[in-house]
Amino acid sequence: MQFRSRGQKIFNVINYILVTLVCLSCLLPIVNTLAISFSAPSFVSAGQVYFWPKGFTTQSYEFAMSGGKFVRSFLIAIERCVLGVAINLFCMITTAYPLSKDTKKFPDRNFFMGFYVFTMLFGGGLVPWYILMYNLGLLNSIWALVLPLSVPVSNMAILMNFMRSLPKEMEEAASIDGAGNFRILWSILLPVLTPSLATVGLFAFVYHWNDWLSGALFINNPTKYPLQTYLQTLLTNMRDLLRQSGSDYYTLLQRMNEQTGRASQLFLGLVPILVVYPFVQKYFTTGLVMGSVKG
Amino acid sequence: MLSKLQERFRKEWLFLLMMLPGLVLTAIFSYGPMYGIIMAFQDYNPGLGYGGSPWVGWANFKLIFSQPAFLVTIRNTFFISFMKIVFGTLASVVFALQLNEIRQNGPKRIFQTIVYIPNFISWVIMAGILTDILGTNGIINEVVKGLGGRPVQFLSNRGVFPWTLIFTDMWKTFGFGTVVYLATMTGIDPELYESAVIDGAGRWRQTWSITLPMLIPIIILMTVLALGNVLSAGFDQVYNLYSPSVFPTGDIIDTYVYRAGLQSGKYAIGTAVGLFKSLVSSVLISTSLFVAYKFAGYKVF
Repeated sequence: MQFRSRGQKIFNVINYILVTLVCLSCLLPIVNTLAISFSAPSFVSAGQVYFWPKGFTTQSYEFAMSGGKFVRSFLIAIERCVLGVAINLFCMITTAYPLSKDTKKFPDRNFFMGFYVFTMLFGGGLVPWYILMYNLGLLNSIWALVLPLSVPVSNMAILMNFMRSLPKEMEEAASIDGAGNFRILWSILLPVLTPSLATVGLFAFVYHWNDWLSGALFINNPTKYPLQTYLQTLLTNMRDLLRQSGSDYYTLLQRMNEQTGRASQLFLGLVPILVVYPFVQKYFTTGLVMGSVKG
Repeated sequence: MLSKLQERFRKEWLFLLMMLPGLVLTAIFSYGPMYGIIMAFQDYNPGLGYGGSPWVGWANFKLIFSQPAFLVTIRNTFFISFMKIVFGTLASVVFALQLNEIRQNGPKRIFQTIVYIPNFISWVIMAGILTDILGTNGIINEVVKGLGGRPVQFLSNRGVFPWTLIFTDMWKTFGFGTVVYLATMTGIDPELYESAVIDGAGRWRQTWSITLPMLIPIIILMTVLALGNVLSAGFDQVYNLYSPSVFPTGDIIDTYVYRAGLQSGKYAIGTAVGLFKSLVSSVLISTSLFVAYKFAGYKVF
């Protein structure tokens, strides 16, 4: 740029500052929670904890790890994610591949595409969904959490569009060499699909990790709650406590302890997301943009 | 005729076999609940089931549309959704433009990564974090008090609560829009900028006359797609942040269904509201997809 004037330099500096502030606003709430989780309850309830712990203590973490409830629901959430992501990826790949063919190769393609698109447009709603699970006898079973939504249509479409955008010659060369559909899909397409697989895989993981509603609906036994559903009950208890007047010493003490205890559990609940995200992030823009929004 | 079918099957059987698991699961779990819609026209009793419960015609619908509490949720849903679209789009576009002005790729990437993080945090955890931050003793109110103001009841004041929803949603989700808009900007032909520079256009001018016009189609596309989902104002967010004191301004259709239909066990009422929402939504979503296809060539399938 040959027009590097003084005004533009000032603009650049201001722009950098604003962007940094916005980014800080995205990070600081998490830092605040982290600081609260490591602080002594009295400082927290006095509103003195910002971004650094006061009266440093690991008590709330020890409590979370020893309580049983937290650890148990954490493990259930991991089990759910492993099962759920595996089912999601398998169903999405096996659905996207046939649907990426044109009607010459797969004459009924549009019928099946319509079958899936319709589920995006119309649904039975929450109550019939619950009654269905009840009738199928899936209440209190982990399968109630991982079997529904096995083909998230918009994510499947990302994979499908990506498969379509690949050069036809790749597959043709392979089929001349005698490779069948399964072989083509497995050893030729999947390796090139890594960016979009990472993207839809991340979405599937995030959905299964973050979803609390199906746990609240279909699991009646608190010892079988996945993490987010358990955290949600913590939150509700907390809100009830906050609504009671703070004059009662016992309530006050309980509230203080709950706040730091809850902060530690919230933070631990975030860790898997924060760990997985950077690894898939590099595929993210390519996978997302190439599949969904085309020019 | 038969040979034609055979020919077709010979071509397709492998694809059908491949798709079978997804098809079966979708048939059971996505199409299965549609059968339950008949509850909306029954006085449903779980003990009697679909077959035994008495039919009541449109009575459930007449009932819900005579409930002020339900009508309020429709108004709230529209207001919250529209404002979320407006502010969400604005934030995404402005931030994408700002990032676009940063020429160094390293920092740009880091910034983009950071603002995308809140998207992946569940509303349960987010609500926990927000109750800490927005509480009377939370950071934000400490700042407000420090500046000499009175603490704001972000979560329990009726007038403030919808805006709390709108701005926290904007803050959580604008990173996604930013990624999309930034990707579009990267695709703009650099020659356009080069010739603009030769004509003496500064950065403001370039942004105003090249970048923004090139963004408009995709902004419209994203807005149209968002308008299709206007009846879903964010169940997870509202449910985890609201309380009875803000029902008049914060209760939305989905939370109403959950409370009335499942928590108080009025299955038929919940189903009727759900069906109403589903029908209106399907019209809105199809229209938005059609408009998006017609004017932007956007196709899901």
